[in-house]
Amino acid sequence: MVRYFTRLRVRRVYKWDGTPSSFDRKLKTYFFDSLNISVEGQPGMTTVTPGQYVLIEGDNEDNPFVAKLLKFFGDESNQQKKALVQWFVRVCEVPHNKKKLLGRSPHPQEVFYYLGHTCDNEIDAESILNTVQVQYVPVDAPFPEPGIKDTLYVKLSWDTKTFKDLDPALMQDTPVPASTPPRLKPASPCSPPAAALVSLGSVGRKMPTPDPMVMRRAGSVSRTRGPVSASKAGNNEAESVHSAAKLSASKTLSTKRRGSSGVTPGVRKKLQLSIGDSPEKIMSRKDGLCELLDEEVDSEKALVTKLNSSPRSLHHGYSLSPVRSDHRPPNSLGGYPLKPTSIMLDRLSPTALGEQDFSRDMLLGMAPLILEDEVFEAGLPTGTAKTPKKRQATPRRKYFHEKATTPSRRKDSAMTAREPSLGVLAEEDSESSPMQLVVTSSRSKRKSAQLVASRIRKQLNLMGDAQELHSDDGDDDCFTPSKKDLHHSSEEDLEDEEVSKSEETAGKTTRGRLRRASTTPARTPRKPPSKKATPSTPRTPRTPRHATPSIPSRTLPARKPGNVLEEARARLHVSSVPESLPCREQEFQDIYNFVESKVMDGTGGCMYISGVPGTGKTATVHEVIRCLQHASDMDEIPTFRFVEINGMKMTDPHQAYVQILQKLTDQKATADHAAALLEKMFSNPAPKKETTVLLVDELDLLWTRKQNVMYNLFDWPTRRHARLVVLTIANTMDLPERIMINRVASRLGLTRMSFQPYSFKQLQQIITSRLNKVKAFEEDALQLVSRKVAALSGDARRCLDICRRATEICEHSAPQPSSTGLVGMSHVMEALDEMFSSSYITAIRCASVQEQLFLRAVLAEFRRLGLEEATFQQVFVQHRALCRVEGLQPLSVSEGLAVCQRLGACRLLLLEASRLDVLQRVRLNVSQDDVLYALKADRA
Amino acid sequence: ILRQRFCHQRLPEKPMGIESQHKHLLELLRRTAVHGESNSVLIVGPRGSGKTMLLKCVLRDLLEVKDVNKNVLQVHLNGLLQTDDRIALKEITRQLNLENVVGDKVFGSFAENLAFLLEALKKGDRSSSRPVLFILDEFDLFAHHKNQTLLYNLLDVSQSAQAPVAVIGLTCRLDVLELLEKRVKSRFSHRQIHLLSSLSFRQYLDNVILQLSLPPDFADAKFFEEWNDSIKVLCKDKSVVDVLEKHYNSSKDFRSLHLLLVKEFFKNILQHNSSYNLCSFIPGLSVLELCLIIAMKHLSDIYEGEPFNFQMVHNEFKKFLQRKSQSIYNFDKPVVMKAFEHLQQLELIKSVDGSTGKIHKEYQLMKLMLDHNQIMEALQKYPQCPTDVKQWALSAFG
Repeated sequence: MVRYFTRLRVRRVYKWDGTPSSFDRKLKTYFFDSLNISVEGQPGMTTVTPGQYVLIEGDNEDNPFVAKLLKFFGDESNQQKKALVQWFVRVCEVPHNKKKLLGRSPHPQEVFYYLGHTCDNEIDAESILNTVQVQYVPVDAPFPEPGIKDTLYVKLSWDTKTFKDLDPALMQDTPVPASTPPRLKPASPCSPPAAALVSLGSVGRKMPTPDPMVMRRAGSVSRTRGPVSASKAGNNEAESVHSAAKLSASKTLSTKRRGSSGVTPGVRKKLQLSIGDSPEKIMSRKDGLCELLDEEVDSEKALVTKLNSSPRSLHHGYSLSPVRSDHRPPNSLGGYPLKPTSIMLDRLSPTALGEQDFSRDMLLGMAPLILEDEVFEAGLPTGTAKTPKKRQATPRRKYFHEKATTPSRRKDSAMTAREPSLGVLAEEDSESSPMQLVVTSSRSKRKSAQLVASRIRKQLNLMGDAQELHSDDGDDDCFTPSKKDLHHSSEEDLEDEEVSKSEETAGKTTRGRLRRASTTPARTPRKPPSKKATPSTPRTPRTPRHATPSIPSRTLPARKPGNVLEEARARLHVSSVPESLPCREQEFQDIYNFVESKVMDGTGGCMYISGVPGTGKTATVHEVIRCLQHASDMDEIPTFRFVEINGMKMTDPHQAYVQILQKLTDQKATADHAAALLEKMFSNPAPKKETTVLLVDELDLLWTRKQNVMYNLFDWPTRRHARLVVLTIANTMDLPERIMINRVASRLGLTRMSFQPYSFKQLQQIITSRLNKVKAFEEDALQLVSRKVAALSGDARRCLDICRRATEICEHSAPQPSSTGLVGMSHVMEALDEMFSSSYITAIRCASVQEQLFLRAVLAEFRRLGLEEATFQQVFVQHRALCRVEGLQPLSVSEGLAVCQRLGACRLLLLEASRLDVLQRVRLNVSQDDVLYALKADRA
Repeated sequence: ILRQRFCHQRLPEKPMGIESQHKHLLELLRRTAVHGESNSVLIVGPRGSGKTMLLKCVLRDLLEVKDVNKNVLQVHLNGLLQTDDRIALKEITRQLNLENVVGDKVFGSFAENLAFLLEALKKGDRSSSRPVLFILDEFDLFAHHKNQTLLYNLLDVSQSAQAPVAVIGLTCRLDVLELLEKRVKSRFSHRQIHLLSSLSFRQYLDNVILQLSLPPDFADAKFFEEWNDSIKVLCKDKSVVDVLEKHYNSSKDFRSLHLLLVKEFFKNILQHNSSYNLCSFIPGLSVLELCLIIAMKHLSDIYEGEPFNFQMVHNEFKKFLQRKSQSIYNFDKPVVMKAFEHLQQLELIKSVDGSTGKIHKEYQLMKLMLDHNQIMEALQKYPQCPTDVKQWALSAFG
C-alpha cells in the first residue's frame, strides 16, 4: 500500500511534445504526436506516443487500467489534454460469472482486448501513469513463463460477453508506434527491434526461454521456405550446406535455432529479398535431423529428394498427423499421468542427442557459429545482404545456449524430432499450391503464432485473397499437428509405415478439421509436466494458495428419478429452479424496471425489499438479474456487474466489505482496507465503469452499533460516479425505521417493496407450475395444502416441503389397491399432521406413569397456588398425594427429581438451574389445557 | 454378550418399536445418497429413547447398500463438543478431509473459514458431488450459536441447488423449532421424527425377556436353552415383575432399564436403585446437628418456608433445651455454630442468596434443603436417637 501511495503522491508534469501535428477545425482540437511525462524530483522524461501501451490511473491502485493510445489531442487553449485509447481489460476486471467462459485459469498478467462499447474511449491524458508492454500471444501458444513484470500479454478479446480469439490485425494496426518501446527500454530483452514484426519478434525473442512451440514454428517456417528456394536455387546450394552441416550436428542444430531466432528479426526482409536465403538453413536443418535420427549421410540425399517434391511422401507426412491426432484423444482422455511419461520417453532419446550437441556447442563456442555463418554466406547467392542479420542473430543464439541450457536442450531435441513431420506438412502444402502460396502457407504457420494474413500480404504484395484464404487454411492445419508431434517424436521411425497406411485417408480439409477438433484436448499437454501430472484423485489439484475447495465428486452418478412421484418430488424440491416465478409478476416487474432504469442511466440507487421468509424475495431478485443479464447479452442494456452478499453468510458485518471487494476485483484485503478501496472505487470518477448491482441479503445482520456498514452501503449509490445499485432484502417491513438511525434510513430512500405472504391460490399456482404437467397430485389435495400453509405462514418453502413429504407417504402406501398412484387427500393430511401437529401432546401421552403423575401434580399445585410457578418441593407433596390416590408406591425424592429432570429435558417443564435441588421452580412449557387434554385422552 | 449388549457396544439387530421411523429415515437418507436430493430432518425424543441408536442403525443399513458405501461423506458434530461455529467449521473441514486442499495454509479468520467451506459446498451440484451427511448431535445447542450462522448455511445449502447434503439433527427438546430464527426455520424442511415409546407394560416385559435372552447362535446350545428358560421363569416371578413395573412407571427409558438389568444380573442385587439420597446423610450426623435440623424444620413450619438465619435456629434450639433437655447438654454457641456450618457444608442447608461475604454469618439467611418426610424418615432410622429429641421432632410446636 505504502508504495502505491507514495507513488501517487509524486506529481507528474505532462507536456505536449512538439507542435500539434494536425488540427481538427470542427472540433477545435489539435492533435499531437507525443506527450512528455516527467516525474517531479526524478530525472528523465517519458515520452508517450500514440500506439504505445500505457497504464492509466484507475480506481484500483494495484491494477491500473491498461490501454493503447490511439491519439492525443488538446483544445486550443492547451488547457485540456485528452487522449483516445483502446482499452484492455485485466482479468480482475472481468466479471466473475464470465470468467468461466475463459475455460482456463487466467494468467496473472493477462489482459484482454476490450471490444465493449460501454466505456468512454476518451480519457484525460493526465491520468496516464506510465508506459507498459503489451504483447500479443497467439491463442494456442502458452504464456511465456517468467513474465517480465511490466509486460502484459494479450491473447483474447473481450466484448463484455464472450472471449474471442483476438485478431492479430487489431494489435498491428498501428505498426509504427509499436517500435517506440525499445527506445524507452533498450535494455529489456522484450523490446522488439524490428518494428514491423513486433509481436512476431517479441514472441521469438522476448523470452529467454521461449516456448518450444514458438521455436519450432519459427524453425519450420524457415524450413518450409526451403522447398521453395530449393526448387529455385537447385540442389547445389543445398548440398553445400550439407557439407557444412556435416561438420557437426551441433552446428546444424544451432543454425536451426539461429534460423528460428534469426528468422524472426529479419523475416520480412528476407522474405522480400528472396526466398532463396533460407534454403541452406533449412537444408542444414534437415541434414541435422537426418544425422541425428539416422546417422547416415546418404539419407540427406533422400531427404533432399523428398524435399524436391515427392508429393507422395509429403502426403504421407501429412496424413500422418491425423493418425496421430487420432491417437491423441484417447491419450488425453485416458488420464494425464500417461502423457508425461510418454513425453519423458520421447524426450529421453532426443535429449541424449541434444546433450551431445550441446557439449560440442559449448566447446566450440563462438567459432563454429561464425564458421557457420561464413559457410552460409559462402553458399548463399544473396549472402551479403544477409550476413549482418545473421551476425545479429548469433549473439542471441549464444544467449540461448548459455542461458537456457535445459529448456533449449529440450527444445532442440523436440525440434529435431518434430521437424520432419512439420516440414513434411509444410511441404505438402507447398505441393498443393503454387510456389508463392507455399510461402504464404508456411509463413502463415508462423503467422498463426503471431501475424495476420493481411500483414503478410502487405509484405509480399503477392497474394490475392484466395491465397490468403489458403494460407489461413494452412494455418489451421499446421498448427495442430505440431502440438501433437511433441509427444510422438518417437514415432518418427514408424512414420513410413503409418504413412503407407494412411495414404488413402480422406481429403485434406476433413483431416484438417479432424485435427483442429483434437486441438482442444491436446492443448493441455503443452503445459509443463508438473502441471500435467494431475493426480487422478477426484479433487482437482490446485496450488494451495488459490485453493478453491470442492466436495469430492461422487463416484457414482446420481440416479435419475424413476417414476412420476419421484419426478414430482424432484420438481418440488426447493432447490430446483423453476422455469418462471408465478405470482410475483408485479414485484418482478417493479424490480426489473428499477434496476433497468438505473443501469441504463448509469446512476445509482437503493431499494429495500421486505417480506416474511419463503415469499420468494431472493428468488425474484435473482430472476430479475438473470433477465437483465440476458438483456445485456442481447445488447439491449449496458453491461453491469452483479455482486451478491448475504448477511448470514458472513461472520461479522464488516466482512461485507471484504466480500464485495473480492467479488468485484478478486483481491483479498482486510475489512478496513477493503472499505477504503471500495470507498475510493465508488467515489472517484473512472473512465470506464460498468454499473454494479449489489444484492444485500439479510440486511438486518449487517447492523452494527455505529451502523457504518449500512451507512456506507447506502451512501455509495448517492455518489456521482458510483453507478451502484443496491438491492437490500430483509424480513421486517419496518427495518429502516426500527433499527436504522436517521442518516442511514434517509439514504436508503423510499423505494420500498414488500412481498406479501402467498395466498392459497398463489401457492396452488406455484405448485402447479412447478409440477409442470407431471400428474402427481389430486386437485383438492393441492388445495388443502395451499390453504393450510397460506393460513399459517404463506411460506412457499413450507408448502413445497409438505408436498414433497406427501409424495413420500404416497409412495410408501402405494401398494394399496384403492390408491390411484396420485397423491390424495389422505396422504396430504398425514403430511400436514406430521408437520404441524404439536408434538407435546403425543409426548405427554407417551410419557411414563410417574411423569404423567408429576404433570398432574404440577397442575394441581398451580391450581392451588393460583400461580404459574411452583417449587419442586410443593409439587412433590402433591405428587405423593396423587400417588397414594392412584395406589402407587410413592417415589423417593431423588426419583421424583429424576422424573422432573426428564420432563425438563423434553422442555415440557421449564426448570431452574438444578443446583437449587428441591427448591427449584417449576413452570409448564405447555398450556395447561393441552396437558389436561393429553392426560384425559390417555385415561380414556 | 449381555454385557456387550447393555453397554451399548453393539447395535441391536433391528430397532424395536420404531420400525416406521427407521424406515422413514432410511428412505430419506437413501434418497440423499442415491438421488442426490438434499434433505433436513430432526429426530426428537426424550433422553434414552434411542435416537442415536436409530440413526446408527440407519447408517449401518445405508452403508450396506453397496453403491452408497463409497459415495457418502459423513460429518458428525456434537453440540456439546462444538460449542461455537468456529470450532464446528474446523471440525467439518477436518472431517471432510479438505485440509489437503488447504495445505499448510493457516486459516486466518473465522470468516475465511466460512467462506471457504461455503465455496466448497457451492462448487458441487446435485449430480456430480458426493452427498454429505451432517449429523448434529444435541441440535438444540447449535441453535444457541451466534446468529445461527452455521445452521442457516447448512440448511440453505440443503435448500438450494448445491452439493447434496442431509442435515440430521438429534435433540431431546420438543420445542427445538422455536429456538430457530424465522429465516432459519423457513429453510428447515420441518421433517421431524419423534421417538416416543408408547409400549404397554406387557410389551415392556416382553422386551426385557428379549433383551435378556441369548441369541440362538450361542455356542453352547444346552446352556442357551436353560438360560432362556430360566429367564422366562424369572420374568414371571412376582417380585421381579414388581420391580420392573415400578421402574416402568417411573420411566420407559431403555437405557436406564439396561443399567438396572446390568445391576441385577451382574451384581445379583435385587434392590431398587434409589441409592443416592440426601437422607442417607442424616444418620451420619451428630445429635446436635440433628437437633439443629429439627429446629430448622420447626422454623420453616412456623414461617411457612421463609428463610431463616443462624440466630433464629439457635434461639429455637435454646428454647428446646430449656424446656426438656434431660439428655442433651447445653452447648456453647460457637459449638452450635460449628455444627451449623457443617450442615451447610453438606448442603443440607443453603444460603438463599449467593452473597456470602457481606453479611455476618449468624444472620445469613438459609434454607433447609430437606423435605419434611425425609427428616421424619431419617429420624426413624437414626440409631439411638434420644427420645426427647424424637418427641420434639414429632411435636407440632417447639
